[in-house]
Amino acid sequence: MSEETCLLRAQNIVKHFPGVVALDDVTFEVRAGEVHALLGENGAGKSTLAKCFIGIHQPTSGTIILDGKPAEFANTRQALDAGVSMIHQELSPVLSRPIMENIWLGREPRNKLGLVDHKKMYDDTKKLLAAIDMHDDPRTLMSELTVAKIQMIEIAKAVSYDSKLIIMDEPTSSLMDREVDQLFRIIRELTERGIGIIYVSHKMAEIFKISDRFTVLRDGKYIGTRETKESQLKDIINMMVGRDLKDMYSKSVHEKGEPLLEVKNLSSDKAFSDVSFTARRGEILGFAGLMGAGRTEVMETIFGYRRKTGGDIYMRGEKVQIKHTRDAIRRGLAMLTEDRRRTGIFPVLSVKNNMIYASLSNYLNKFGFLKFKEIEKDCTRYKEAIDIRTPNLEQQIQFLSGGNQQKVLVAKWLLTDPDVLILDEPTRGIDVGAKAEIYKLMENLAKEGKCILMVSSELPEILGMSDRIVVMHEGHVTGILENTPDMTEEHIMAYATKSVEKTT
Amino acid sequence: MTPNLGTTQSQVLALVKKYGIVLVLIIMVIGLSIIQPAFRSMANIINILNQTAIFGIMAVGLTFVIISGGIDLSVGSVLALSGVIMGAMAQISTASNPIWETVGPFPFILCLVAALAVGSSCGAVNGSLIAKTRIPPFIATLGMMTVARGLALIVTGGRPVSNLDPGFNTIGSRIGNIPVPVIIYGAVIVVCWILLNNTKFGKSVYALGSNRAAAEISGINVKATLIKVYMLSGFLAALAAIVFSARTLSAHPGAGTGYELTAIAAATIGGTSHSGGIGTMWGAVVGALILAVMRNGLTLLGVHAHWQVIAEGVIIVVAVIIDMRKNAVKK
Repeated sequence: MSEETCLLRAQNIVKHFPGVVALDDVTFEVRAGEVHALLGENGAGKSTLAKCFIGIHQPTSGTIILDGKPAEFANTRQALDAGVSMIHQELSPVLSRPIMENIWLGREPRNKLGLVDHKKMYDDTKKLLAAIDMHDDPRTLMSELTVAKIQMIEIAKAVSYDSKLIIMDEPTSSLMDREVDQLFRIIRELTERGIGIIYVSHKMAEIFKISDRFTVLRDGKYIGTRETKESQLKDIINMMVGRDLKDMYSKSVHEKGEPLLEVKNLSSDKAFSDVSFTARRGEILGFAGLMGAGRTEVMETIFGYRRKTGGDIYMRGEKVQIKHTRDAIRRGLAMLTEDRRRTGIFPVLSVKNNMIYASLSNYLNKFGFLKFKEIEKDCTRYKEAIDIRTPNLEQQIQFLSGGNQQKVLVAKWLLTDPDVLILDEPTRGIDVGAKAEIYKLMENLAKEGKCILMVSSELPEILGMSDRIVVMHEGHVTGILENTPDMTEEHIMAYATKSVEKTT
Repeated sequence: MTPNLGTTQSQVLALVKKYGIVLVLIIMVIGLSIIQPAFRSMANIINILNQTAIFGIMAVGLTFVIISGGIDLSVGSVLALSGVIMGAMAQISTASNPIWETVGPFPFILCLVAALAVGSSCGAVNGSLIAKTRIPPFIATLGMMTVARGLALIVTGGRPVSNLDPGFNTIGSRIGNIPVPVIIYGAVIVVCWILLNNTKFGKSVYALGSNRAAAEISGINVKATLIKVYMLSGFLAALAAIVFSARTLSAHPGAGTGYELTAIAAATIGGTSHSGGIGTMWGAVVGALILAVMRNGLTLLGVHAHWQVIAEGVIIVVAVIIDMRKNAVKK
């Protein structure tokens, strides 16, 4: 660390939580003007380390030096004042207030009388937004913005602190490709000004695109730091999981059965219209498209969570009426939703309870009482079968890692013994190891003769897992493609952006 | 990264955290027994249980409501409304001040059934409003609180209802040494305990309190569950009205004023979380007992009633602070 300026240096950081060693002798440094990716599986200690830098956690031992001065922050306020800010993965905007109040929340500019100076707030916000190429009125309510824009506002807020170091935790998890490009442009502008960026992400493609160096943590231990340019994907994965992941996608060839689910001319208000497709036993049908193409809405309608305004659904050749989710579950449908926190888990309830909610009726005795022994038995069986890592089944699910939460939700739906599984972004926000396990599980389910509809925004996942690919654009199906070996991401994107005409 | 659980020390800590509120009750009981010998007499203990019955029964209903993520402010007024309708039906023919001069008296059992039906109906209205219009439970039940009180005044013309069927004497009496209200309270606890823990309905209440959207996705009938929750709360308020009339041998349109807050306080002290999804039946019972023991103890110690109210307010707030800290530590 001699020639280049070292912005932040953390040495021998140890962090103990009651009964847990979260960080064990971790060393980490960021240069001024560098994007330094922080990598590791869920639970590896990335967030804990980042939280030590911004004063949410205080290390048990070790030293953090920021700009040559010791950085011992008792709270985030002190960290912000010293020039460290963080963009959290879970955004928490005040939705009912305008953009400008969100940015200056808790440090509103004041006039001479000590009252809030709205004029200055407006002007400053306008400047900030312009700097990141956003042209929304600062008085726009947050609730009117897309998730992507809310994310950009978070970045504007971080910039507004005049930070020297910005920590970004999964900043692209809700961004579209175009917005990711915009984010990367902003990151480059920031680094040219000498700002250091710590970039936490699971998306390898992004790491290669934006980072200068990366550091890998595993089980709270420092594994190593490398130049990104000189590294290959398999090396990084190797460092992260401590083993070779030869083939993430465990696609195999097997017979497809009879048509199980047929959707004909399905429509729902303005969300989408005239959607038709057939899914067969043993088939994985991928749904690709840009955000807002209507894929999630189609799934919600099939599952009875959103009102259908036209079209028919057939299962096993028979026309079915699905008015609410209960009908869908009874007919053998299951749906893993896209947003785990909002529509998936019951955060304060136990792992066990989370697992049984879709199949409660199967566990009632003739008096209507729950059969606890059977519940315990089935939950334990799935915990072991798909390797859900939890101290016990009574643990509140909110304390599990994202990947393990996802596995609990998968188990919940498998307990309903479905024929058709709808998986909406099944691997969002989970680590490489858990991803591979979910893929393998999907493949096994398909082999058993179940039919899987997988919505995914990650094209490698679509290409790796699907038998056929339904591509949507602005509420319409623009193509249903056989996933032949010569299929490419570019080909799918052409349909997703509708730069090719619909072929029937 | 696996938490190092299983050591005896942390197990003890976990127990203390989980059952801390029981410990508080035990300490209160032991403390009062030492300071004030009159406290520990059998007669006084039974008296405390008897005092607990009315708001204790309501607290059981509130526990379901609060676990479901809601609140029911109407239970005090519903107690009054179902009480006066029951009373009007049950006035003996020679009553000096009859509410209904031309009809009645009705068979005693029918009067009780009518009370429970009125209570359940009020709850059904609350639940339907909340489930179908999605207005906040606070508003819906605030409306019912006022409307039910108004109806109680209209039914009675503002007068108390007395000269009731002698059947109420029986409910107000004792079996052996145990007052019937205490037996009713005990039965409510047992039935609702099973309802909350061992049935699909109970599990659904937790689910919808924890995450309504996820409950809907999981195929839980959210609307029906909500309606049932508020019906149960109204039903139990009416049951409390029966106990109330049995104890006072009358019904009063002003009865139960402020009881909703005592019931909410009991459920809250018992660890039921107002953000929904967290709460237990034993917590509701312990919470109610803590309030009753405190009232009784302070009276025995000669503390003025005005000061007792202040003590009650403080203990509610302190209990919730402790409870929130408990949850915060876990995070």
